[in-house]
Amino acid sequence: MNEEVIMAGFGGQGVMSIGQLLAYSGMKAKLEVSWMPSYGPEMRGGTANCTVIVASEKIPSPLTTHPNSVIVMNLPSQTKFVPKVKEQGLVVKNSSLIDEKIERDDLTIIEVPANEIAEELGNTRVANMVMLGAYIAEKEIIDLDIVKNSLANVLPERHHGLIPLNEKALDRGYNLVKEPASV
Amino acid sequence: MAEKQLMKGNEVIGEAAIRAGCRYFFGYPITPQNDIPAYMARELPKYDGVFLQAESEVAASNMVYGAAGAGARVLTSSSSPGISLKAEGISYIAGAELPCVIVNIMRGGPGLGSIQPSQSDYFQATKGMAHGDFHLIVYAPSNVQELADLTFKAFNVADQYRTPVMVIGDGMLGQMMEPVEFMEPIDPDELPKKEWATDGAKGREKNVINSLALDPRDLEILNERLQDKYKEIKAQEVMYDEYKMEDAEMAVVAYGTSARIATKAIDMAREAGIKAGLFRPITLYPFPEQELAATTEKIEQYLTVEMSAGQMLEDVRLAVEGRRPIEFYGRMGGMVPETDAILNKLQEMRGE
Repeated sequence: MNEEVIMAGFGGQGVMSIGQLLAYSGMKAKLEVSWMPSYGPEMRGGTANCTVIVASEKIPSPLTTHPNSVIVMNLPSQTKFVPKVKEQGLVVKNSSLIDEKIERDDLTIIEVPANEIAEELGNTRVANMVMLGAYIAEKEIIDLDIVKNSLANVLPERHHGLIPLNEKALDRGYNLVKEPASV
Repeated sequence: MAEKQLMKGNEVIGEAAIRAGCRYFFGYPITPQNDIPAYMARELPKYDGVFLQAESEVAASNMVYGAAGAGARVLTSSSSPGISLKAEGISYIAGAELPCVIVNIMRGGPGLGSIQPSQSDYFQATKGMAHGDFHLIVYAPSNVQELADLTFKAFNVADQYRTPVMVIGDGMLGQMMEPVEFMEPIDPDELPKKEWATDGAKGREKNVINSLALDPRDLEILNERLQDKYKEIKAQEVMYDEYKMEDAEMAVVAYGTSARIATKAIDMAREAGIKAGLFRPITLYPFPEQELAATTEKIEQYLTVEMSAGQMLEDVRLAVEGRRPIEFYGRMGGMVPETDAILNKLQEMRGE
């Protein structure tokens, strides 16, 4: 297994955090992992993104030219990264903020109204976790429980009070894919 | 060993230094290595250590000179333009034969350049850091675990040879997170006493630490001692790694981040039927020249890949001595080579 995923959004949407959470969970699941952020001027205001690789073998390069999957939180991210996804790859798309259609017809596209779901939960800042939950459900590379158990290791201590909320957000995204009728 | 942690490369350098018994850090901020001073500022006080943000890089390197002279394990870190500023102090440290560890998380140059990853300080690190006939031992890790292991080792080797040691990475290695396991920590109070240190001469002959020797023969004797030291280092300290070299007909020579990317290109080349392998210097000084030369018996073509205009390339040429053709692929200014481009180059060299 070699899963290469790029997570992208604008600064503050928490794409770095869900990337770290996925990488940490992969490590806990005894897989090889790497997390590589974009850093530099583009982070301020524009798109922030990180590349996470989760693999059963040693990871040669922490970068990818053609990811298997992308999680896109806003339109600039969709515009920039969807063309790079491997054929038959996966796009998890934040449909709350992106109206624009994806032109490619070879991709699996999961539309997640992440901001709306997060708002229902009482805090739009967990939209990122809703997205990650949907991704985990679709890819099935790591158990959702491992991801939940990793929250305490990845979130800064001052946010540990928000762990139950983050777990709920992960569940909502996960169930959206696993049991679409019930959501 | 302790449980694996997921950590950023830069922070790993800080943690490894503390575990190696380093209690002093002097530096001046610059991207993309700021997580190192931030980590040291947060952690060193817990060990009664000293973190000091100097007024400039020149000051920081002279503070390192002072702490090293007093016998302490001491670290400074910077990124390319900052290292240039520290160079004067580093030459003094080498001249005074003092151990210390210097980290360079390289960014694009020349000048103020960019903040993106680069490898264009190879010449500086291995050949031309500053005035005078001296070398640093230069470690070039290519993953986060190696950052930990080589930073730790750097302190031991620096003490062993009484010489400054550099750990050289780039913005990508500094910013990325990977799982890491650390060595058991060393208690600096348990380290062997440095009899030469200027730590108070009460009750003993005074020690002198200086890089000034106005009598040319005296200075020549110092230089001869340095050269003997480098000879010993060349004989003892070479480190390198090979990947799929056993049956390779082509070899990519690359270090650090470039080696990571090249590894992937090599896997792709193998899938396309090209028998490629990787030769990766881990010490840039001493360069693994004999080990690379030995590969010319089987390797028909070499490709050097760097994030520079071709600096290590010169050492590869010196080692291969014209026995085999060597080509180069590089990106500059903070651009990172893409695996596809390296693969294309390998295919082109193969006449495909």
